[in-house]
Amino acid sequence: MKPQANAEGVRRNPPYVRPMAGWWTRNPFFVRYMVREVTAVAVWVYALVLTFGVLRLSQGEAAWNGWLEAMKSPASIVLHLVLLLGMVLHVHSWFEIMPKTMAPIIVGGERVSASRIQRTGWTVAVVVTLLVLALAVGSQS
Amino acid sequence: MKKRSNAPFFWLMFGAGGMLSALFGTALVIITGLATPLGIGLKTDFMAYPRMLAFAQNFIGKGFVMVVITLFAWHAAHRIFHSLHDVGIHSGTVAKLLCYGSAFVMTVIAAYSLLGIGF
Repeated sequence: MKPQANAEGVRRNPPYVRPMAGWWTRNPFFVRYMVREVTAVAVWVYALVLTFGVLRLSQGEAAWNGWLEAMKSPASIVLHLVLLLGMVLHVHSWFEIMPKTMAPIIVGGERVSASRIQRTGWTVAVVVTLLVLALAVGSQS
Repeated sequence: MKKRSNAPFFWLMFGAGGMLSALFGTALVIITGLATPLGIGLKTDFMAYPRMLAFAQNFIGKGFVMVVITLFAWHAAHRIFHSLHDVGIHSGTVAKLLCYGSAFVMTVIAAYSLLGIGF
């Protein structure tokens, strides 16, 4: 039905606007995209946790012990389990997009393949993670 | 003279922070947030005050903490800022100030604290 003009002026039906709420739930590709994007929040939250830690450390032993106690609370443990998942997903997505974000590397006249860059990235990340953990364990004795 | 874009600075912080968090984030979350508080794999006094104070007073330790906090924060702020549109928030000056501002505040607090801890 066509909107009709009347004496007061032109009356129109409100224009149709495609609803955008939850747009990313409609396609698995977009779900993966949003999961990738939300890992940035994990990195942000962890930076905030560390910032508080350093601040409390600078305020003396009592303040630092308070922060350590807070890190032991069930809420903190659950948060860090989520942050751990976020970090692992971040490693995955960071090296997944790496072939697209870095300048092409030519070795022997051929461009290094995307999968090779991704595998190298993952390998380096796993090695560094294990090294840091070993360093932490080794520094105790 | 044409005004130079400030994008390269934010992109640099994003890239450096992304790589650093991809390499070190997992291990750090395990050490500070799970292994030490729970005493799994590490003793619960792994991050006891004298040890952490010595770590933060050490030149390398201090630098590491500063770089981790700063780059993690700027990397995350950059990505969150650019994702706002996807959740229906149209990014403007306010959003930009809040995102990068949060990273700036974390940088200042970390620098202030680490300098206060001394060498």
